[in-house]
Amino acid sequence: MKRGIHMHAQGSVLLGVDPLVLLDHYEIDYHHSYAQDSPFFVGLSKKKLLGSCCTECGYIYATPRSHCMECGAATDWCELPLTGRVHTFTTCYFGGEVFLDETPFTLILVEFDGVDSLFLARLKGMEPSTVHIGLPVVARFAKTPSFKVTDVWFEHTHR
Amino acid sequence: MRPVYMISGGITKFAKAHINKDFRLMVKEAYDYALRDVPRFSKDMIDGAVGSYFSDHFTRQLKAASMVQDYLGLCPKPSKRVEGGGATGGLCFQSAWEAIASGRMNCCLAFGFETMSRVNTWKGNEFIALASDTNFDFPVGGFYSGYYAMMVQRHMYEFGTTVEQLAMVSVKNHVNALCNPYAQKAKRLSVKQVRESPMVATPLTMEDICTMSDGAATCILASEELAAKVCDRPVRIAGVGSGSDTMRMADRPHDKVMLLPHEQESDYLHLRYPGVHSFRGGRMAGKLAYEMAGIRNPLEELSFVELHDAYTSSEIQTYEDLGLCKYGEGGRFVESGAPFMADVNYGLDIPKAGRLPVNPSGGLLACGHPVGATGLMQAVFAFWQLQGTTSKHLGDDTLQVQQAKRGLIHSHAGTGTYITVSILEAT
Repeated sequence: MKRGIHMHAQGSVLLGVDPLVLLDHYEIDYHHSYAQDSPFFVGLSKKKLLGSCCTECGYIYATPRSHCMECGAATDWCELPLTGRVHTFTTCYFGGEVFLDETPFTLILVEFDGVDSLFLARLKGMEPSTVHIGLPVVARFAKTPSFKVTDVWFEHTHR
Repeated sequence: MRPVYMISGGITKFAKAHINKDFRLMVKEAYDYALRDVPRFSKDMIDGAVGSYFSDHFTRQLKAASMVQDYLGLCPKPSKRVEGGGATGGLCFQSAWEAIASGRMNCCLAFGFETMSRVNTWKGNEFIALASDTNFDFPVGGFYSGYYAMMVQRHMYEFGTTVEQLAMVSVKNHVNALCNPYAQKAKRLSVKQVRESPMVATPLTMEDICTMSDGAATCILASEELAAKVCDRPVRIAGVGSGSDTMRMADRPHDKVMLLPHEQESDYLHLRYPGVHSFRGGRMAGKLAYEMAGIRNPLEELSFVELHDAYTSSEIQTYEDLGLCKYGEGGRFVESGAPFMADVNYGLDIPKAGRLPVNPSGGLLACGHPVGATGLMQAVFAFWQLQGTTSKHLGDDTLQVQQAKRGLIHSHAGTGTYITVSILEAT
């Protein structure tokens, strides 16, 4: 069922009669605020990867958070290195409906030197069978930002 | 805290789709089954109920537990809904336990359901993936099988776990379910067939992953006095525990193992824990439940385990979290035969089967996973095992664990963000 057709349809679309099964469309626009995480997404548009550094205990988060889970203190924004290593990986041949068209895609958790936690991203430009733990990777940024976490992805680097 | 007993339970068969039953009717069937199993018990002895279902997206009906309360004729008694992702059923069970342990109620009904068939499988996967961080995780390719695949890749790297060991879990649970008429997907499989089924997220294939289901389950919990009055063989809930972990796998620390009584620090000198290879929340839940039940060595002191095998990999990871073997030994634990049933033919070369059967019901892999019902389904199977009534309820005694004294049930959410462990004992 194409969305446009359904949204303007008069009456109901029946998918079955015994039992009676009705097509029920459901769609909604949210005003999704990144709130205190906003600087991270702005940073991506400037080709920067911003993590969080705890002002009290020094814990450094690759995925930002405005308060430290270890000690509870506020964190500062800090620039992460743009190169890291694959901590773990998978190639997805199926996915949630919104991502089905993009399969197969490779997900990685990236580890950075001197950073305590990891970062989830896609790895692009690699044959799935050649990806391995420890692979050196470099961040790449979208030329036109969509202000989503996918504005950054990683590629294999020989450095 | 007062002692708490389970006095009855019921399950509505788990199926790909129950198109002729909505969630109210599915729960009603499981509820009536439970009532029929305790003839001296009557509905007016129920003081209140806790309902569990995971997703408002799947149900498309907010306050659905109120509609069940109403349909079962339990109004105006106390009622609430518990939600905690995949652990919803386990949390519901423990919430009913709390109502009785605290003295607030003498009898509490726990009911759970999920109706997952009303959207296609990939939309369903999307709904489930919304239970990951929607700023940082979901947009990258939100897909739980992908998250679990990343965890097991790291488990394989750290410990040498193999895809064949994962496949043995799939064979075990699917074959166990051949004698469980409530299961959705019982079948005989070989390791080769598991590996040759379509790849979903490397290294996990279709047969490494549970399916979506429609289904319901109910448990009736009671005080000691009421249990003794109405039930010939009540089962005591000897321990409960639960745990949690960071929403994002990326945030998991790399620290020291939280030890169980039979482990020592020297067992894990070089292991950075939990990382993404282990479930710290599962270890916490197990530790707390063991402490309450007085268990010091689970492998020696449990008769069977029903655990949350949404993935073959998470079954292996959970062996370790629960201390059935040491961290890193989960793959070899399967190969040893320990978690298989002693007298079932799996078509595998197993050295010594049956030391501690895990998922005799078939688990989520073969029973299916109607999320809100799953943790309660585990409780019902554990209850029947400990009563020794498996034959009566399944029509076959193949899956009855002989002289079952004590069973563990384990319910698990997200990438390990909520986990419950409950210990049940025969009386």
